[in-house]
Amino acid sequence: MAIIFYIPGPLREHTDGRSQVEIDVEIDADSGTLREVLAGLWQKYPGLRDRIVTEQGDVRQHVNIFVNEENMRDCGGFAATVGHGATITIVPAVSGG
Amino acid sequence: METKTFVSPKEGSALVLVGTIKGAFVLNSDASRERWEVSGPHFPGRVVYSMAYDGRSGRQRIWSSSTHFAFGTLLHSTEDFGRTWTNPESAPVKFPEATGQSLKQIWQIAAGSDQEPGKMYCGVEPAALFESNDAGQTWSFVQALFDHPHRPQWQPGGGGLCLHTILVDPSNTKRLHVAISTGGVYRTDDGGKSWQSRNQGLSAEFMPDKYPEFGQCVHKVARNPSRPERLFLQNHGGLFRSDNAGDSWTEIVNGVPSDFGFPMAVHPHHPDTAYVFPLEREMRCSPDGKLRVYRTRDAGNSWQPLSKGFPDEPAYETVLRDGLNTDTLKPTGIYFGTRGGKVYGSRNEGETWSLILQGVPAITCVKAAAV
Repeated sequence: MAIIFYIPGPLREHTDGRSQVEIDVEIDADSGTLREVLAGLWQKYPGLRDRIVTEQGDVRQHVNIFVNEENMRDCGGFAATVGHGATITIVPAVSGG
Repeated sequence: METKTFVSPKEGSALVLVGTIKGAFVLNSDASRERWEVSGPHFPGRVVYSMAYDGRSGRQRIWSSSTHFAFGTLLHSTEDFGRTWTNPESAPVKFPEATGQSLKQIWQIAAGSDQEPGKMYCGVEPAALFESNDAGQTWSFVQALFDHPHRPQWQPGGGGLCLHTILVDPSNTKRLHVAISTGGVYRTDDGGKSWQSRNQGLSAEFMPDKYPEFGQCVHKVARNPSRPERLFLQNHGGLFRSDNAGDSWTEIVNGVPSDFGFPMAVHPHHPDTAYVFPLEREMRCSPDGKLRVYRTRDAGNSWQPLSKGFPDEPAYETVLRDGLNTDTLKPTGIYFGTRGGKVYGSRNEGETWSLILQGVPAITCVKAAAV
């Protein structure tokens, strides 16, 4: 199952400079969960994991992950359904000064 | 301010590491400390709460933490004075899953004693201690301190619940002091297997019991390595000294215009000499808008203001807990950095001062060393 991930600028040093990466996740079904497809992303680009989730496995407070156009926090969290060809967009919050 | 990508110290140079809320700067000068070259910002946009220099066993290694607003806290090092930094794939310092805790900040990076050249420590928020036995290649969690029965009652101060001070004892590798805001001073005498609070005589003015067993908001503790049983402490209210490795504490304000402040530094060659930067309590700036470092040469029995070279105009500056430090050259250099983004230095033990860096973001830490 092919999933497209959009990577924010500060993390592209961990994806060989790529803003968009496609991961082929091995799942024996028509769809998987966000947890499963993220595991595929961590496996191919291990530098991303600790920057996106804490050591407790929670998505960092100021990181948003969108499954297609829905924030994961509104569609089941890590259990959100992800289908073939879905896009996962990782977006750090923008604030501060 | 002209900055470079990296600095090029030589043997005997002075190095000043400056952490800010938006990156780090590294300053270098020859032993005269008259002119400084500056590199940075390193880790631009990231909060740098802690830096350290490890010159043991022939190393020339600078350590730095960095905290990205969204992407968390990492530990980095450089072997070439900032030309290249490590950027670990996996966070080197992280809480075990069973603790339920997640790392917020690294508040202190400390090298072990010369007898243990592979030993390193990190003090973090939430308050906990990590150690390394391979000079920082790998890190392990000090479980016994985390399991201390006092820990559930430790409370965060204004900066968070942090372990911000780590003092190794060069005469006893099994002994270590740490300080926690707010928890107080803790000591181990068995290499970290067990920990005891060491707060007798330390005040906690904000508590119903003004002298509790623990819960003090200790801001900084410092010691001279040649007399490790003597400790100087800047408290949230009060200056203190212990001559028995923290078993008891005696107040030593003795004429300092405010007993509030954050940093404490001890002269590296004279165990009776210490430096503080008092702050007015409400505004938490230099009292009356006058920059003054106070120095004692008699272990806190008396203090003298040092101001030669500071501006005459009002300067409402704040120096945080790790913002005052000394190098180890002779005569000793004293340095402090302000939340206004200035670093002042003295190359003669505080007799005269000059501005050596300005125009940088708010300064969180200043660490000095001799290369």
